[in-house]
Parts: sequence; C-alpha cells; structure tokens
Amino acid sequence: MCFGSIGDALLKRGMDSFGPVDLHHPWHVIAALGNPWVLLGICCLTAFFSSYLTALSWADLSYVLPATALGYVLVTLFGKYFLHENVSPLRWLGVLLISCGVGWVTRGPELTKPQPREPRLHPREEQHEIA
Amino acid sequence: MKSLELWTAIFMIVLGSSGGDVLLSSAMKRIGDLDQLRASRSVLAVIVRVFTEKRFLLALCCFSVGFFSLLTALSWGELSLVAPASASMTFVVSAIMAKIFLKEAVDHRRWIAAVLVCVGVALLK
Repeated sequence: MCFGSIGDALLKRGMDSFGPVDLHHPWHVIAALGNPWVLLGICCLTAFFSSYLTALSWADLSYVLPATALGYVLVTLFGKYFLHENVSPLRWLGVLLISCGVGWVTRGPELTKPQPREPRLHPREEQHEIA
Repeated sequence: MKSLELWTAIFMIVLGSSGGDVLLSSAMKRIGDLDQLRASRSVLAVIVRVFTEKRFLLALCCFSVGFFSLLTALSWGELSLVAPASASMTFVVSAIMAKIFLKEAVDHRRWIAAVLVCVGVALLK
C-alpha cells in the first residue's frame, strides 16, 4: 500500500523534470522511462504489484481494492508524524472516510462463494422429460 | 480544449486501471492461491505460471494504457487534480466492472466501502 503512493509521487517528480508531452509526438513519452525518478517510481510500483497479485489470488477485487486505500491513510500519518507536515481538517476527514470504508469492507467475506450448478439430467431422463 | 484533453486522459487512466484490475483478478483466480503454489513450487515456476496466463498479459496491456495516460495527464495537469480524480473514480468503476464481468457478490457493504473510499481519497489529495 505504501509502495503504491510513494511510486505515484516519484512518477510526478520524474515527469516534472521530463517536461510536458507534445500531442503531435505522443511516443516521446516512452523516453520518460530513462528518467531515474520514473525508474525509481516503477520499482516501487513493482513491489506494490507483487503484493497485490498475491491478495487477488485469494480474495475478490471488490474486497481487495478498497482495502488497498489504507495506503493513503498510512502516507498521511507518515507525513504528519515523521515529516511534520500540516494536514488540513478536510484531509483528516478523508482519512476518517477511508478508514471507515476499509473497516466496513473487511468485516465482510473476502471471496464470493461459487454458485452451485444445476444438476444436469442424464440423456435418457432428458428424453423421458421431452416425451 | 486543454481541459477536455486532460479529462480524456484521466478517463483513459480509469478505464485502463479498472479494466486491468478485472482481468488481473480473473487471471489470479484461474492460477489459484499464490501462497499455496509457492509452498509446492519454486518462485521461478510461480512467476512463469503467472506470466503465461493470457488474461494476465491482457491485464498488463490495459495497465500500460493507464500508465502512459497517467504520464501524459501528469505532464498536462497538476498532480492534485490528476491523482485524486483518477484514483477515486477507479474504486467505483472497478466495483461496477467486478459485479458485471466477474459476477462478484458486490453487496451493500462493498458499495458503501467503495463510495466512502472514493470520497475519502478525493478529499485527501
């Protein structure tokens, strides 16, 4: 969760130093992959991705995705208590809403139970039914 | 005009990200529990199994569209607009797509969580 948010911030830092992408030459955006900040951002996002894959292998997407939002809360708390950043009341409200959402979804089942299939009739029984 | 281009890029981020998530979730359910796979196979075998799953590769294509749309949107607009707009919408769009394509039981609990997180992320950025 933390890796995802840090990766996004690193990408923004990289794209700021890379400059705006020209609409007439959109493929120039590929050159941004050579930027060290963008590369570092991609490394962070890779770490996030492998953890995300493991979670998706045993839980529903509609369960995992809201739960990953807890990363935003952790980054805000990190900014407040370690970097001594100023967090506005509106952002604290955001933290509260995300925490409620994550707490709410994690109280439910993590995986949808497979629907039981209708038992298929034997071909002979099907013929009797048609007759 | 620039605003329309920016919102088109944000829409592409959401579509690429949510579409990728749905395909990824489907791929991982076909592969099975990764923790159990790791217990019986080597890490390399698990990586090969994941990377040979067609839906996983399709998911990567969707994420690539979303990623390059993100880079493009970040070069046009402020992070304070692009990040919350794309991130918050992704939670609701993914829940809708999970219900339609993955037939997940998205009950009232999950809808409320998706909306709470969506609004919370929008306020946070």
